[in-house]
Amino acid sequence: MSGELLRAEGIGKRFGGFVALEDITLSFAAGQLTSIIGPNGAGKSTFFNILSGVLTPTSGKLHFRGRELNGLPQHRFVHQGISRSYQITNIFPDLSVHENVRVAAQALAVSYDIWRNRARLTELHARADAALDAVGLLGKRSEFAKFLSHGQQRALEIAIALVSEPELLLLDEPTAGMGPEETKDMVALLERLADKRTVLLVEHKMKMVLGLSKRVVVLHHGRLLADGAPDEIRSNPEVRRVYLGQSEGYG
Amino acid sequence: MTHPSSGEVIAKPAPSGLGRLLDHRVLLSIAVLAILPWLLPSKALAVNVLIYGVVVMGYNLLFGYTGLLSFGQAAFFGAGAYFTGIAIGRYGVPWFAAVAIAVGLSTCLAAVIGIISTRTRGIYFSMVTLALAQLVYYVALQASSFTGGENGLRGFTVDRISLFGHQVNFLDPVNKYYVLMAFAALAMWFQSRILNSPFGAVIEAIRENEQRARACGYDVERSKLVVFMLSGAISSLGGCMLALHLSIVPLDILHYQTSGMIVMMVLLGGARSFFGPFVGAASFLILEDVISLWTPHWQIFVGAIFVLFVLFLPKGIWGTLLDVLGIGKARR
Repeated sequence: MSGELLRAEGIGKRFGGFVALEDITLSFAAGQLTSIIGPNGAGKSTFFNILSGVLTPTSGKLHFRGRELNGLPQHRFVHQGISRSYQITNIFPDLSVHENVRVAAQALAVSYDIWRNRARLTELHARADAALDAVGLLGKRSEFAKFLSHGQQRALEIAIALVSEPELLLLDEPTAGMGPEETKDMVALLERLADKRTVLLVEHKMKMVLGLSKRVVVLHHGRLLADGAPDEIRSNPEVRRVYLGQSEGYG
Repeated sequence: MTHPSSGEVIAKPAPSGLGRLLDHRVLLSIAVLAILPWLLPSKALAVNVLIYGVVVMGYNLLFGYTGLLSFGQAAFFGAGAYFTGIAIGRYGVPWFAAVAIAVGLSTCLAAVIGIISTRTRGIYFSMVTLALAQLVYYVALQASSFTGGENGLRGFTVDRISLFGHQVNFLDPVNKYYVLMAFAALAMWFQSRILNSPFGAVIEAIRENEQRARACGYDVERSKLVVFMLSGAISSLGGCMLALHLSIVPLDILHYQTSGMIVMMVLLGGARSFFGPFVGAASFLILEDVISLWTPHWQIFVGAIFVLFVLFLPKGIWGTLLDVLGIGKARR
């Protein structure tokens, strides 16, 4: 719970004539779970893609632990300490569950070594198993990833993101496509994660977001609409009008 | 998903005796190749299996393990052969040094073609490699004072070689086979080393999911370039072997038909399997040998068989065999 980890300064993103994001200025402190919500097309995913280096902002600056991230290629973001999961499950289907996580752990240690035997890099194997244990998948380590259930694949993706020990974990709708049981398990997992690290979450399930987050950021039409504790967001009339009103039953 | 105790813990059975045997894939492959001349109808055919096996194995690194469908592998096969022939014939370089120089120069060529082609993806990558390889073909055709043009490169016969102080008659088919097999063994050992290495894991990750590999922190473009060069280096060694074997370099080996044949061989044998390239090269060459005995239109039959394989045995002969034996998953 100390200090600023990430600062976005006047972030904007245009796709041709379409303005996806405009002048987003936000600061994220270390050690809390923040959710980003907003109706479809609000710019949540664009913002996430900018934070993880997939997209380059057309304007504005990103600072992470005091270092400017602009111009850094996407694959360097993990090395800086920012790791992410995707809205649509994004794993290595034809590799074993263990290898999925092990190869992610390896990225920070060694890439171009064609000489050593990777089976002997025991520290990476141990770290992969620890990450699998954290998401409850250790028992499945030898399975092919493609044979896991949808919920397990989502959890595997979090293990892949987690194994790099990121300072900032970006999770894009981790419960997308999940049934109530699987969602419950995922929420429990997110609560455990939020205890130890800084998590940024994009989510649609309102009740879950408000219960889980310390802070909620609302985007609407690419602009910052509201930013505050879940209670403030719940009672914010603007937010109710554009977003919550549609899902009163959840709120 | 967070039920570690829901009874679904599936322990993989310990690898069977057969599966464990495949841990020594290089030694096993060498053992098979060592008896190959006595299994096949002719020594010349066995030498061709060796040569094309090495070329296709190098290609398998790119296509099977990294998932990059190049239609230009003939450029490196041909470059290895031409550089070997030119080094020996024109500059009088000893044969062994000529092979080393040829592999080095071919790897540089692979770097140039790789830098351009790995910026593209999918079908564009295939087309760019095809176009650049054809460019190499036309350079070899035009630079006839160096390459002999359409007549191919001649005049560098290696008939005697000295090995550890012994003069070996390289025209003897058996001697030739085992000298060339030593090169194939070297290539297999190198390839196996790459596949077992951390970088071997990176290329598999890129094949499985390029976006995720990048998000994990890998420089996908640079990794593709590195594997493109390694693949070119190994395939070019096959070219060196061809030059030593034939004592001429036919211009045709640079043609895109050769690239197509390399793709067919790897699919026939089994992409993503270690020994598949040799099985594919052997099957293709045996089919060609046998069918062309009774019809000049052997390509029709080989083509039909190839289509059947793509449709019904996508893992190829060797990949399917490993699956049937239940060891394909343990050792791809």
